[in-house]
Amino acid sequence: MKTLRFALLAIVVVVLAAAALAWPRAEHIPSSSPQSYALSTANIERGAYLARAGDCIACHTARGGVAYAGGRALETPFGRFYGPNLTPDKETGIGDWSADDFWNALHNGIAKDGRLLYPAFPYTNYTKVTRDDSDALFAYFRSLAPQRQPNRPHELGFPYDSQALLAGWRLLYFKPGVHAEQPARGVEWNRGAYLVEGLGHCSACHSTRNQFGANKNGLDGGLIPALGWYAPSLTSGSEAGLGDWDNEHIVALLGTGISPRGSATGPMAEVVARSLQHLTPDDLGAMASYLKSLPATPAPKPARVPPAGEQVLAEGGRIYAARCAQCHGDDGRGKLPAYPPLAGNRAVTLTPAVNSIRMTVNGGFPPGTKGNPRPYGMPPFGHELNDTQVAAVLSWVRTSWGNAAAPVTAVEVNRYRAVQGD
Amino acid sequence: MRSHSLRLSLAALFGLLACAATAAPQTVPDTLDQRLLGCATCHARVDARGNPVNDSFYPRLGGKPAGYLYHQLLNFRDGRRQYPVMTYLVDHLPDDYLKEIAQHFAAQPPTVLPAQPPGLSAAVLERGRQLVHDGDAARKIPACIACHGARLSGVQPNIPGLVGLPRDYVNAQFGAWRNKVRRAHAPDCMADITARLSLEDVAAVSGWLAAQPMPADPRPDESIARPLPMACGSAPEAR
Repeated sequence: MKTLRFALLAIVVVVLAAAALAWPRAEHIPSSSPQSYALSTANIERGAYLARAGDCIACHTARGGVAYAGGRALETPFGRFYGPNLTPDKETGIGDWSADDFWNALHNGIAKDGRLLYPAFPYTNYTKVTRDDSDALFAYFRSLAPQRQPNRPHELGFPYDSQALLAGWRLLYFKPGVHAEQPARGVEWNRGAYLVEGLGHCSACHSTRNQFGANKNGLDGGLIPALGWYAPSLTSGSEAGLGDWDNEHIVALLGTGISPRGSATGPMAEVVARSLQHLTPDDLGAMASYLKSLPATPAPKPARVPPAGEQVLAEGGRIYAARCAQCHGDDGRGKLPAYPPLAGNRAVTLTPAVNSIRMTVNGGFPPGTKGNPRPYGMPPFGHELNDTQVAAVLSWVRTSWGNAAAPVTAVEVNRYRAVQGD
Repeated sequence: MRSHSLRLSLAALFGLLACAATAAPQTVPDTLDQRLLGCATCHARVDARGNPVNDSFYPRLGGKPAGYLYHQLLNFRDGRRQYPVMTYLVDHLPDDYLKEIAQHFAAQPPTVLPAQPPGLSAAVLERGRQLVHDGDAARKIPACIACHGARLSGVQPNIPGLVGLPRDYVNAQFGAWRNKVRRAHAPDCMADITARLSLEDVAAVSGWLAAQPMPADPRPDESIARPLPMACGSAPEAR
């Protein structure tokens, strides 16, 4: 009996010790000097650039609202998060934060009052940002006009509203740490890795999340649950892996929204418009080099789905000829740069087919950017084609001109018909 | 010899065909018509006989005042008007392009659309006519014509016309103002007016408007007597 009690105690001690060891410690790296967060023109300009690289505006600005004053809702399977006010208002913004407070949020995921932050704020990526860059960002936000706009509390149900649960999540999935340079890979690669893995927080969408909302910071693609768009894998040749893309085409896609191999659509159009188009060609080139260097993951084995029936394909072909061929061509090669090719376009052959369903039903413009300020648009067909017709034309496109993807069903089309408002 | 030359010319022909196949993709016209084909499937619908459809969801755009159209594009983008597909479409288009789009549609000839049979009692229609032409001074409701023009075809550059709109479209806009899901630049005069109208007033106004034939020249008036009866953020007084 005594030995049993001793053994139990020993197990408890070991577990507690392991938890304590693994506990994500707040890591403090001091500013190099007070100059690094001074409100100097140089710091403010660099911070503004970094804020764009991080696309901070996306979550910290309500539609039609004051930039960085917060209020945009982020829907997740765990509840609705609202980006807080980043302007230097003392009561509602970050007006009484210090550079250390800001660093603690960005790097350690801890708010000024000690609360643990939810990883809807992608500090799992931002933790890689250097202290110098954190300080420049802080200087930039401090330079904005203070906007009095109280933060909206997140809308989370039990148990996701619990800080204890969040502490457990962090134990499992978060470890603070600045990007570790790999000198052997060269300056460009390291800059690209820093931007993609850090401020760019590409993995926030382009990775598979587990049932606890954690990703491995991989770039293996995933469905963005609340938006109903699929962020393709950046490592798989059958999705959006960039191994065989020319560097200049990647830079064009990221910087202008269009490229000879495809256009940025859906949530990626927003990323290009608000963030990537503002980056320097050097930084985009660095991101391209890094993305191209990622080891390719093998294409998943095609699921054994019976091909669409002959009648369905014939109907799809008829719809294509009547509605699509005018722009995308009878040969599916498109008319560049206005209309992307559909033959060999992976955005079209992706499984799940959600993105091509979205495009057909809702149409859309690539983002208007400095490099492509007046984009050509695609009409929405949702009001003209029913679910069965959209499924037929997509099934036909996905198996024409050498495309070889599974057919699309009317049920899938119906699931992704509606546009989410915000 | 003959077969040789035939072979040569065949080879040349195939060479030409191959060239054609690999030639640069066809050029796309650099026009706004081409760039904005996406707008036409909804806003320029025609029926099986080729006649324009006056759809309750998708109003025609041709000939409307450019400033009005531009404001609506901004309103959809910035969340002051709610129609998710429109917001999605214009979300990432720069202001300059939106302005150009507005001017493009403003420069097109307006579509003359037939009046809708009212299906309302004479008394209701008379109430509608009265509100449109005289307003209701006791309830501080200005006449529609005081801003939207004596011919109700709108005023350049910011005030839209009211004839030629489907009754359901007009009803839906009043409903949206009433429920505060349609807003305009402050001061939001139409929101204030809507708050003073009863549902019966709205039905009378929308029914009467939809029953009016469009004027022979449905283009907006160039100007209107100022000041307007109410301050309007979308159509401010000159400073």
